[in-house]
Amino acid sequence: MSEDKSIENTPSSPERRRFVGLAASAAGLSLAPGIMLMEVAHGRPEEQAASSAVRWGMLVDATKCGTGCNDCVSACSTENGWTPVAESQHKNQAPQWIRKLELQDPLTQFETNLPMMCQHCADAPCVDVCPTGASFKRADGIVLVNRHTCIGCRYCMMACPYKARSLVHEPLNDTQKADVPRGMGCVESCTLCVQKIDRGDGTTACVEACTASGHNALLFGDMNDPESEISKRLRELPTKQVRADLNLNLGVRYHGI
Amino acid sequence: MASITFREVEGSSLKYWLLFGGLGLFVLFGALAWNYMHHHGHVVTGMDNQIVWGLPHVFAVFLIVAASGALNVASIASVFNQKMYKPLAPLSAVLALALMLGGLLVLVLDLGRSDRLIVAMTHFNFKSMFTWNVFLYSGFFGLVGIYLWTMLDRSVAPYSKAAGTAAFIWRLILTTGTGSLFGFLIARELYGTSMLAPMFIIMSFAYGLAVYLMVLAAAYAWTGRALGDAVMLRLKGLLAVFVAAVLYFTVVYHLTSLYFAKMEGVEAFILRDGGIITTLFWVGQIIIGCVLPLLILLTALGKQRTWIMVACALIILGGMAQMYVTIIGAQAFPLDMFPGLIEKSSFADGQVHSYAPSVPEFFLGLGGVAIALLATTFGVKVLRLLPATLDDATVAKLEH
Repeated sequence: MSEDKSIENTPSSPERRRFVGLAASAAGLSLAPGIMLMEVAHGRPEEQAASSAVRWGMLVDATKCGTGCNDCVSACSTENGWTPVAESQHKNQAPQWIRKLELQDPLTQFETNLPMMCQHCADAPCVDVCPTGASFKRADGIVLVNRHTCIGCRYCMMACPYKARSLVHEPLNDTQKADVPRGMGCVESCTLCVQKIDRGDGTTACVEACTASGHNALLFGDMNDPESEISKRLRELPTKQVRADLNLNLGVRYHGI
Repeated sequence: MASITFREVEGSSLKYWLLFGGLGLFVLFGALAWNYMHHHGHVVTGMDNQIVWGLPHVFAVFLIVAASGALNVASIASVFNQKMYKPLAPLSAVLALALMLGGLLVLVLDLGRSDRLIVAMTHFNFKSMFTWNVFLYSGFFGLVGIYLWTMLDRSVAPYSKAAGTAAFIWRLILTTGTGSLFGFLIARELYGTSMLAPMFIIMSFAYGLAVYLMVLAAAYAWTGRALGDAVMLRLKGLLAVFVAAVLYFTVVYHLTSLYFAKMEGVEAFILRDGGIITTLFWVGQIIIGCVLPLLILLTALGKQRTWIMVACALIILGGMAQMYVTIIGAQAFPLDMFPGLIEKSSFADGQVHSYAPSVPEFFLGLGGVAIALLATTFGVKVLRLLPATLDDATVAKLEH
């Protein structure tokens, strides 16, 4: 007891004080940006489930999409480890998570370019038809395939109005990425770079590549957050959903189609 | 009602074992084909990311549809109390089970991950028509199995009508489910219609009866038992009605589609511009599958056993062509994501997709047919399924 008192009453040395102060500010300086970034990018710890408060989505501005530019496709293939179709020996059977689509009006000759991939429908036909429930929609709107329960029946490929899905037709080579599990005989498609989102990157490989190329045709973000960049742009720009007649409530919206 | 004697096929002749061995060989080929596809992946098949369901599905869906149709003869006996059909019922039930077995095997062995069959049996999504079909197929085996038991075991014979009725209702729901596998798809123009459910039912009546008649005639001819014209002529009359109904449904289905501008493209593809698909539709599905059999069955030719068999074979071939057009044709026509615009991409957007079935796919499908026939061949040897005689005099006694 008396010892405790003596310690309490001993004034700290000025050096010690300075050291503690410096250490505290150093710790603060190194932690704060991390915490701040976590806030900004909605990164979440592994044990925390995806939240339906968020709806990840993408805005494609077809008026800015470059003719002949394939950067989004290459970036997706690099990030997710699928072999680019040009390098594949079996082109018709090669998976394509994202592809560039060239459209032309036969009457006016007007041409449009745009990337086509999984549209991350709120009412996804692939999720409805999947017999095992392997095809599922995460709470934050991302449509995924559970690689453990996909039996490769390909019913989802029959059901998808956007031909967004591919079957892995042949044994995979060593281009696979550790955080993007794939497997022969299973169906796969665009995951909105779910591994990047969960890491807190706050964007996808295709969007990064499009921005880097200077086209800025792609924008990714939380469509539920009225203050997000994507929500603001969606409020300003007239956009369309592909095959809006099907009323699937898509996570990917197009401007200029 | 006069009693009728059922007797097993002796099955000790060289001819029996040759048939058994020949079918076994095709089952083996089917197994090897599966092993090859499973080991290398679907890259060794003609299927790709555009034509995702290929020849194995054509065989599988045909067999499943024919399976429920093969049960008809038994249903007419039990549910509609037609005495003449009673001796024909046990074979009908066994053939239904055997065809279903063959079809399901082809279906599951064509999965990308056929080793994960257990997952399909333990994880269910009740919004999926496929999941419902898993239950419908299992239930079919259960109900038809019980029905067969009531026919073969005198102690439970009083329950035969109840079991037969349950199996009949179940098979109608089952074929509705098979048709709805396609009917519940919004993405492709030729699907997404409730027409497919009743159309598949009427097709099952025709295909199932054609298979049944061929198996019945073969069984009696090869065992030297008497099969009178009374039975054959009655069944061929029924077959003609079914085939006419198939033709009617096909015409109405395409006429309706032709009326809608948005369907003009896909209808023009099937009916006029689709190359092999168009040929299979007109020559296979319509002429071989419907017109020629009707000409045979409804004219004097239909009174001859050989010509009835020819008609049955044509109906089966036409049925395969119909499945090919329904399954492959609908996928071959490009999805119309941007109506009115020309689409181009590295993923074959806007192009008609071609499909060339590979040898393993063909043998996997044939393996399903072989296992169905093998199971039937084995069934008639170990169970008392076939009446010792079906000559006209015996059959006439049944109806008085």
